[in-house]
Amino acid sequence: MEFKFSEENLIKAEASIKKYPSSKAAVMELLYIAQEQNGFITNEVMRETASMLNLDTVEVLSVVTFYTMYHTKPVGKHHVQVCTNVSCMLRGGYEILDCVVEKLGIRKNEVTPDQRFSIEEVECMGSCGTAPMISVNYDYYENLTKEKVTEILDSLE
Amino acid sequence: MEKILLLDIPDLHQIDVYMQNGGYDAAKKAYQKTPDEVIDEVKRSGLRGRGGAAFPTGLKWSFMPKSADKPKYLCVNGDESEPGSFKDRQIFEYNPHALIEGVLIACYAIQAKSAYIYIRGEYHNWIQMLQKALDDAYEKGFVGEKMSEAVGGNFTCNIYIHKGAGAYVCGEESSLMNSIEGKRGYPRVKPPFPAQFGLWGCPTTINNVETIANVPAIINKGWEWFSKIGEPKHPGTLLYGISGHVNKPGVYEAPSGTLLTDLIYNFAGGVTGNKKIKCVIPGGSSMPPLRGEQIEGIKMDAESLRVAGSAIGTGGVIVMDEDTNLVAVLERIARFYHHESCGQCTPCREGTGWMLKTLRRIAKGEGTTSDIDMLTEVAGNIEGNTICALGDAAAWPVKFMLQRFRDEFEKAVKPSVTMQVNNKVHSMRETLIPLAEITK
Ligand SMILES: Cc1cc2nc3c(=O)[nH]c(=O)nc-3n(C[C@H](O)[C@H](O)[C@H](O)COP(=O)(O)O)c2cc1C
Ligand code: SF4
Ligand code: FES
Repeated sequence: MEFKFSEENLIKAEASIKKYPSSKAAVMELLYIAQEQNGFITNEVMRETASMLNLDTVEVLSVVTFYTMYHTKPVGKHHVQVCTNVSCMLRGGYEILDCVVEKLGIRKNEVTPDQRFSIEEVECMGSCGTAPMISVNYDYYENLTKEKVTEILDSLE
Repeated sequence: MEKILLLDIPDLHQIDVYMQNGGYDAAKKAYQKTPDEVIDEVKRSGLRGRGGAAFPTGLKWSFMPKSADKPKYLCVNGDESEPGSFKDRQIFEYNPHALIEGVLIACYAIQAKSAYIYIRGEYHNWIQMLQKALDDAYEKGFVGEKMSEAVGGNFTCNIYIHKGAGAYVCGEESSLMNSIEGKRGYPRVKPPFPAQFGLWGCPTTINNVETIANVPAIINKGWEWFSKIGEPKHPGTLLYGISGHVNKPGVYEAPSGTLLTDLIYNFAGGVTGNKKIKCVIPGGSSMPPLRGEQIEGIKMDAESLRVAGSAIGTGGVIVMDEDTNLVAVLERIARFYHHESCGQCTPCREGTGWMLKTLRRIAKGEGTTSDIDMLTEVAGNIEGNTICALGDAAAWPVKFMLQRFRDEFEKAVKPSVTMQVNNKVHSMRETLIPLAEITK
């Protein structure tokens, strides 16, 4: 599958490169832009990103694999991230995870057959004071109960 | 009670409201002074870093070389990934201009023309809030090339946001710089220190978001005022984040040195279900946990907590009630550090794996007494033997949890006898036989 940045994203990428004295520094932002456009990061995405920044594809690969927020496999339209770290755990984070797993009928790191949902267990999201929490794509849902999380999942298109 | 950052002013995140309340006056005031005078003011105020180590901020700034042969940088650390810490997020949301103004003053003091604010990627929505504030500040000419027109003088400075992508270790300052440079977030070997060889090899200062956001108030109201708030050795207010088994978890701004019991029972409304406290971690998951019976009279500041056998860290207080399974908690903490170890140093990479495996065994009821000693030993082997402090952060909870709650862990394991196997080839080998199996 070939990958090219869209017109609009090329403009974003250019702006991002300008933020830094060395274009290599824009790699993280370009990968985000590409991921948003393509859904996940493929070899073609890495090659294209590398060529835009005059890098080796290997350098881009080493960045992609280091950070957990770059996906090298497809995720669902709603990527449900459940925090189970200490503060969430103390307030029922694992029960929330079980509830999400049961409700969506898939396990952690799986995608529903209709591609609408995927589940990931994540480390502390900086929401410990409003635990337990989940994040769907970038949106935080906090102070959850099993009932609330079921409602939230139902409300997602 | 005096507050500096989370003020009760509606819509303070909007630039007009911020300006109506004296916003950006501190920056103008700072530009009237020499950079050294600004550093001196911050030094005298006694401000100490809010990112974990409580390092004196003015002193850190004074390490920056005065020569101008290379560009200089300020990095602001908003990675906020330590479990139990969730305070910097409040600043992005409720007082982003205090952060931006603080960045301007800090940049002026160290004569940096560019600043990068590093924010964890998961905070995408808060990045957008800060970006909006930043755009407004650019628009008004407080930041960027229009500065000399808008505020006079000839100091100009650009501020950029760098979005992280999910890696706790990137909160470590040298890893953070590698991440900004577009590399894997591997911590660097020190020395050289960032003030000599930082971002792109140039002199760099790294400060936490909350640290920087305190600077405008210090310049506005003077060092004397600031130095009188809270504990003299660690003055100012702190954003305490309280989570776990309390009725009203959240972030509370209060003077340094506030009693830990005050935070738990007054600010956070007491323990859920009126239970007793078994354990409190006072400064984020890497800091030594305290026993519930131990917390009476403990003040929340760097010096008092050090004396009490813990550390202030990020001020993230995690409260656990009497029914908490500490073996499960420690296993979860160990899993976090194992997951986040970057793998560069053997003691950290292997040690975090060993600790996790052993704790899993204990949690499953398959551990033995010698596992407890082994854990202590592994933690001891990590501590002080690694490139960055993530190693210590992984070792401390294990070491101190076992030291202070040994009873809990002993209840969870089977007693074991250790027997030397007298076999020539394997004379060094020890076989561990659970007592239960022998007496079966
Ligand atoms: C593993 C690790 C993670 C860290 N995470 C953070 C963080 O998220 N935010 C932060 O401000 N400091 C963090 N620190 C501390 C920084 O290295 C650095 O000391 C701090 O940003 C300095 O700012 P300050 O002097 O204003 O406290 C971390 C340190 C380590 C070892
Ligand atoms: S201590 Fe751990 S996280 Fe830090 S550099 Fe070594 S392996 Fe990486
Ligand atoms: S522990 Fe879940 S958000 Fe911090």
